[in-house]
Amino acid sequence: MIIPRVPVQHRRLLPDRRLSGPTPWVIAILMMLTLLAAAAGVGLARSANAIGDAIAGRITVQIVTANPVTRAEQAAALRREAAAQPYVRVARNVEQNELLATLGQWLGSADGDDPVLKSLPLPALVDIDLVGGDRAGQLARLDALVDQVAPGARVIPHAEWLGPVAQLIRSLAWVAGGLVLLMILASGAVVIMTARAALGTHYATIEMLHLIGATDRQIARLFQRRIAIDTAYGIALGTAVAAAILLLIGWQWSDVTAGLAATASLGPGGWALLLALPLLAIALAALTARQTLLAALKKIL
Amino acid sequence: MRTGSARARVADVMTDARPPRAGGAMVEFDNVGLRYGPDGEVLRDISFNLQPGSFYFLTGASGAGKTSLLRMLYLAQRPSRGIVRLFGEDLGAMPRHRLPGFRRRIGVVFQDFRLIPHLSARDNIALPLRIAGVGEEDLAGPVGEMLSWIGLDARAEARPATLSGGEQQRVAIARAVIARPQLLVADEPTGNVDPDMAMRLLGLFEALNRLGTTVIVATHDIHLISRIDNAQMMRLEKGRLSDPTGALRYPPNRA
Repeated sequence: MIIPRVPVQHRRLLPDRRLSGPTPWVIAILMMLTLLAAAAGVGLARSANAIGDAIAGRITVQIVTANPVTRAEQAAALRREAAAQPYVRVARNVEQNELLATLGQWLGSADGDDPVLKSLPLPALVDIDLVGGDRAGQLARLDALVDQVAPGARVIPHAEWLGPVAQLIRSLAWVAGGLVLLMILASGAVVIMTARAALGTHYATIEMLHLIGATDRQIARLFQRRIAIDTAYGIALGTAVAAAILLLIGWQWSDVTAGLAATASLGPGGWALLLALPLLAIALAALTARQTLLAALKKIL
Repeated sequence: MRTGSARARVADVMTDARPPRAGGAMVEFDNVGLRYGPDGEVLRDISFNLQPGSFYFLTGASGAGKTSLLRMLYLAQRPSRGIVRLFGEDLGAMPRHRLPGFRRRIGVVFQDFRLIPHLSARDNIALPLRIAGVGEEDLAGPVGEMLSWIGLDARAEARPATLSGGEQQRVAIARAVIARPQLLVADEPTGNVDPDMAMRLLGLFEALNRLGTTVIVATHDIHLISRIDNAQMMRLEKGRLSDPTGALRYPPNRA
């Protein structure tokens, strides 16, 4: 039982006032930070996975042959030949207009109809998605195919340039996980200090209870109950504040649909984890308090 | 003192409420020494027996070691050396988890009362029974009766801080005896009460003694000692026990 059942008359053995003073507030702050860090960790991990999935099998072949007619022919031939390969899921030519529109965003003409822009010697691009499996072998075969159909073309696996970003995001997710762990440890330390302080404050009562025949378990249950309730108040408060912050961020995030930001969401598993954390925290606090109290009581005859 | 079935139910739930073995001493100290920290022993070579159903006075000058001796008797302190047997069992070999059961067989009146400050007089008196698991429906009778006996019915809900020294002492005594202990240890129990109340309290101890409780009272009050017939006296001098009445012969006379 997380909060032990203690008869009402026994509860009165401890004074009515809160045992722990600032403990609920400290626990509330730690719980809020824990939940925010956990949410960040889950969101970042899901982003990293989404990016990883998206880039893992994506290849772009860049054909830079000087003659535009030959370049277009090579691109079409490569798309056709690549699409016929069993290890290729999809192959498509990137249209010139699409390239111009992309470049236009960077070079100052969003419509991509700038004459200067049009005069640029743009390469022909072929996007190829590989099927899953032996990536290295598939890449080697694709290299050979490209050499054959479009000599001099450059094969660019997306994982090569977006992979470090995904790795960075994954590292940040681990850092967030580490922070969650540290804050759980800090919360445990707060509970231990609270339990020890409570024993110190009520030493005379405890000694008296011992001398009239109270068992360590009876005494520990009294304190465990009080500490668990104090901690539960703090956890509830911290959870409420964290939930408000997360809902606010989620509401603002809902308008973001582009780029990496669009991949960041908690998902049902993430929300389940966030809901489970406060309950786990209460259970952990009660268990920590109990063990601390029993260990301390054993030192008293 | 009796309240019929409630009292019987109270007695039923007191754990380990069995008498010591026939012919055995209630308490045996064999060459016991006690020291606090690195200093010399405060009690030296203490050997005595307390027989079931007997009444003892422990006397001695301040600092002679009376309270230290009583602390070992009510299991607040283990001896530094020697053997202490309580209810026939060696405390040195006793696992810690069995101590509460033994403590419930001992009533203690502390010199400084040690009432729990945030509890009422009624709740302080009821404490040993509650700890022993006596149900609330069985508490009211014995606790009310005890409050009447010590003359504090009207102050049953008062906190210790609002009681006089004498009233606090009466509550402490009521708490010590309410569970009908087999051994009653009292450290200067009449130090803060008027002579009339001292006599009444001593009468309570005597009544309990007649019902079979072994009583040991530490006191300076010579008049008190003379009021109990057949009481035996133990005297502590500079940490050693003398035996002025010859009642504490060791090795004990075993039947």
